[in-house]
Amino acid sequence: MKLVFFTLSRLAQLLPVLLGITFVAFFLLRVMPGDPATLMLGSRGTPEDIAALTRQLGLDRPLSAQYLSFLSDIARGSFGRSIAYKAQIGPLIGERLWPTLALVGFSTVLAVAMTVPLAMLTAVRRGGVLDHLVKIFFVVAMSMPGFWLGVLLILLFAIVIPIFPVSGYGDDFLTRLHHLVLPATIIALGTAALTIRSLRSSIVAVLGADYIDTARAKGMPERIVLWHHVFRNSLTSTISVLAVHTSWVVGGTVVIETVFGIPGLGSLLVSSISARDYPMVQGLTLTFAVLVVSINLLADVAYALVDPRVSLS
Amino acid sequence: MSQPIIKVDDLRVTFGHAPESVTVVDGVSFEIGEGEVFGLVGESGSGKSVTCRSLIQLFGGARPSSVTGRILFDGQDLAQLSPTDFVRIRGTRIAMIFQDPMTALNPTMRIGDQIQETLCRHDGLTTRQARLRAIDLLKAVGVTAPERRLDSYPHEFSGGMRQRVLIAIALACRPKLLIADEPTTALDVTVQDQILKLILRLRDETGMAVLFVTHDLGVVAQTCDRVGVMYAGRIMEMADTTQLFANPSHPYTRALLRALPAHGKRTGRLEPIGGAPPSLADPPKGCRFHPRCRDAVFDCTTVRPPLVTVAAGHTGACLRMEAVS
Repeated sequence: MKLVFFTLSRLAQLLPVLLGITFVAFFLLRVMPGDPATLMLGSRGTPEDIAALTRQLGLDRPLSAQYLSFLSDIARGSFGRSIAYKAQIGPLIGERLWPTLALVGFSTVLAVAMTVPLAMLTAVRRGGVLDHLVKIFFVVAMSMPGFWLGVLLILLFAIVIPIFPVSGYGDDFLTRLHHLVLPATIIALGTAALTIRSLRSSIVAVLGADYIDTARAKGMPERIVLWHHVFRNSLTSTISVLAVHTSWVVGGTVVIETVFGIPGLGSLLVSSISARDYPMVQGLTLTFAVLVVSINLLADVAYALVDPRVSLS
Repeated sequence: MSQPIIKVDDLRVTFGHAPESVTVVDGVSFEIGEGEVFGLVGESGSGKSVTCRSLIQLFGGARPSSVTGRILFDGQDLAQLSPTDFVRIRGTRIAMIFQDPMTALNPTMRIGDQIQETLCRHDGLTTRQARLRAIDLLKAVGVTAPERRLDSYPHEFSGGMRQRVLIAIALACRPKLLIADEPTTALDVTVQDQILKLILRLRDETGMAVLFVTHDLGVVAQTCDRVGVMYAGRIMEMADTTQLFANPSHPYTRALLRALPAHGKRTGRLEPIGGAPPSLADPPKGCRFHPRCRDAVFDCTTVRPPLVTVAAGHTGACLRMEAVS
């Protein structure tokens, strides 16, 4: 109950943030050189044609009027019509949203699945062989750009050992999951490189805490000390690292989406920017903003669940 | 003294490896009888905490490179136990409470769960039974409205209340020996007094022995039946508390008592002990106290004084005890 209330009040606080984002998204775009009419008509467009198209698109109106109609579109639950696709933006984004969400969600799950056991093992046996191996492996993985790692993994696991598809996005849940394994792994490696370090160092710090001595003095076996006492107390800083990194991943999937041919938001954003598809870019910016804000909200709820000292009010 | 419940013989604890090894506890021997409160006093770094931590093999972050000597507890040599067997001793037969109650409770776990956890594990109680027993325990240590407090988190308790909860946790499975490592140092004086009285009352009720570590001679006088005075990793003098305060035989004990303000008496100027405790990485030869001792003679710089009997139940490690007293 408290949690629901907390979530709702946090959502209300987000409205001004989102309003600010619409403002920035709208005006930054107008400052960019180039305009959609010129780009659409190409070299054959006469000045008269360009002026006519600009008027038809409503881009000749004052900026303030354009901004207000953008806002009123949003208030009515629509992002307007795309200039390049000549269709409603909402459904276009909706269609592209799921692959990106699936990719981000899957990679986060993979990253957490790698982080928890590896951080625990390397923290408990710090200075051991595994600790060094994990450190080296993730430094190497993090140093390789995603597109390069993507090509390597495609070569290895889609061509030499063909167990995963080269690219694309399937039609049903299982084939989609199958298609997402390689791209999600690449993103997860980058995330895990950060979260393993963060969680490992928190665990090392918590292992030295007085209450861990208390737990051991109570005669709790090491397994229970680690999972009941150390683990939960180590999570907070890693939750924020994960949240920040995942927010970044949401906007940064474009490279991976391109390498693996996944029809997600990233590739849509890039093509819309080069076409100066203003309404589409605005809609996408707002979508990304909502995603990032939701991730941070989830992180806040996670804090409160992990640590009773974080008050939900 | 009644039947000893624990007998420590020539305990030696070393950290690090030669040539940089530091022997923090150097040949400490003592025994504690059933129902007895035995105090270990000494300055910071005298090895009293490490001594008591070796009894339950809990060293926190820094693990010693070697622990030698015999620790006979209830007829069993603890030094021979494997780490897995030791887990069964902790909390059930030897329990420990720590210096700082503000950090010694798990901040993300309800008080009740922290007490019940040990009951379920060691006594095989169901959650419901453990909860009832936890309420009794909290009542016994003087926490008011325990039914309600069980579901609170540590940050909702004051320091004194947290120490009471920690005592409840320690006593949950009726240990025979309670190790209290400066349990009142972090508390203010009135709360300190309450906690000391609580420990004594629980000792009377359960008949457990208590190893009480402190640097506060006032606390020793109030709680301990017998005392060992530690300095630089060795026991300098050991006696009944009344005997120690009435007839201190070791120059170090005497110096400590001269530095202690007496309650309600005008004793004139307090005398500090000159100098600083020695570095254990390179301790003085002979008697470790000789550089700061006003009675030291040449022999003190070369001969390690053995612990000899001064009177019945009173031993001291000083070459010049007769001359001094």
